[in-house]
Amino acid sequence: MIALLKRDLTLAFRAGGGFGLGLAFFLIVTVLVPFSVGPQSSLLSTIAPGVLWLGALLACLLSLDRLLALDWEDGSLDLLATAPLPLESVVTIKALAHWITTGLPLVLAAPVLGVLLNLPVPGFFWLVVSLALGTPALSVIGTFGAALTVGLKRGGLLLSLLVLPLYVPTLIFGAEVARRGATGMETATPLLMLAGITAATIALLPFASAAVLRVNLR
Amino acid sequence: MSIASKANALWEYANPKKFLTTTERVLPFFWISSAVFIVVGLVWGFFFTPDDYKQGSTVKIIYLHVPSALMAINCWIMMLATSLVWLVRRHHVSALAARAAAPVGIVMTLIALATGAIWGQPMWGTWWAWDPRLTSFLILFLFYLGYVALWEAIEDPDTAADLTSVLCLVGSVFAFLSRYAVNFWNQGLHQGASVMRVGAVTGTDTEEKVSNIFFFPLLVCIIGFVLLFIALVFYRTGTEIRARRIKALIARERVNG
Amino acid sequence: MMPDLGKYADTVLSAYAASLFLLVALVVLSILRGRKVRAEMEKVEKRMSRNG
Repeated sequence: MIALLKRDLTLAFRAGGGFGLGLAFFLIVTVLVPFSVGPQSSLLSTIAPGVLWLGALLACLLSLDRLLALDWEDGSLDLLATAPLPLESVVTIKALAHWITTGLPLVLAAPVLGVLLNLPVPGFFWLVVSLALGTPALSVIGTFGAALTVGLKRGGLLLSLLVLPLYVPTLIFGAEVARRGATGMETATPLLMLAGITAATIALLPFASAAVLRVNLR
Repeated sequence: MSIASKANALWEYANPKKFLTTTERVLPFFWISSAVFIVVGLVWGFFFTPDDYKQGSTVKIIYLHVPSALMAINCWIMMLATSLVWLVRRHHVSALAARAAAPVGIVMTLIALATGAIWGQPMWGTWWAWDPRLTSFLILFLFYLGYVALWEAIEDPDTAADLTSVLCLVGSVFAFLSRYAVNFWNQGLHQGASVMRVGAVTGTDTEEKVSNIFFFPLLVCIIGFVLLFIALVFYRTGTEIRARRIKALIARERVNG
Repeated sequence: MMPDLGKYADTVLSAYAASLFLLVALVVLSILRGRKVRAEMEKVEKRMSRNG
């Protein structure tokens, strides 16, 4: 398992594009927002939590189609499926590798970009907490979407169409935590809901992803 | 007939031939009765019910809005059930029924959204508000789109049936979750589901009740929509079965020739 | 014959028009596709039985 994780991480770092792409996208979205809505700092600080969450979500989405497609093309997915490791743990590792290469950098970059958007000071802590709790769910759900569309030639658009509605609950609770945190309201309820969603998706969704992947490899 | 053998008799319809002959026989009944119920319900509602004292004549939209919204949800539930049957018992008719129902669900969701927007304009002063109910329906619409798109994208029919069934299961959980998330996110303008509440029908709940004058034609419309849904799903499932048969025949032809 | 719809006439009528249009379109499209598929199946079946 560890070996597989190491392999995935090395591949992601070496392959260039994959690793930095999400981060660069996140940066660009955040920089473009003030150009489109205007430079008033009060407006920016109101929308900052939502924009940062949406940017992180889209950046996550961007790298999903590479999650399994590369392994599918060179046949290593078939090898993994016949390996003694159960497919459920393979998809969990894949999701974990995706989170480390995409989710974690986004969490770390978010405070810096928060400065650009004039995020209120108490918001920084909650933004980081909510993203750290929420992005694993995004990776796991995304792995399910990637498993569904892995065999398709032009799966990218379909992948977004399938995954976006599944992201709704995570986005709502995550952005709610960040928004409430930024305005100084209590954050316990949405934070618990977000944690619940993340825990439940990590526990259950790999089974669905593995089942779907088995069908696709049949 | 014992219950067990009755239950077994139900599974006979999983045989495509049997399904086709039976639905062929009952379909005219469903087409005609659904048309009768919808026409009677709509004419009754449109011409012979008074205006609401608060909402004026816009209350007449309810005869389209509520039945279509109900069917939009019930259609997804039916797809969930048939997907489960496919995953557990591998009956092809079941998977094809889910596929046949999805576009019906899309249209029902669209009608509910469109009539809702048109109704909302004079009542709330806006076409669209990010109200929990409206938002949930929009999300449901996206789920339907993704489901249909996945069916269309995959060539092998059994793979497509498996993948869409799993998507339907996972999607149901997330749709349910979204409903609560959206409720939490915004308390809305929309009134509660007044039709389904006992208090509303018996008139004990005077605040948001749909009174009996409006209720009976609405009930007729709901029955009509249910019958129409059944007729459409039977008919479209038959189409899917035939399309599948064509594919199989052509494949066999290639092998032999 | 026509009930007095008051100031909301446009609203009510457009809601009915839009919904009925969508319903009719759904039914018509379903039947058109059904007919086409049925005809094609009969054609293919005939060809199969002729060829053995």
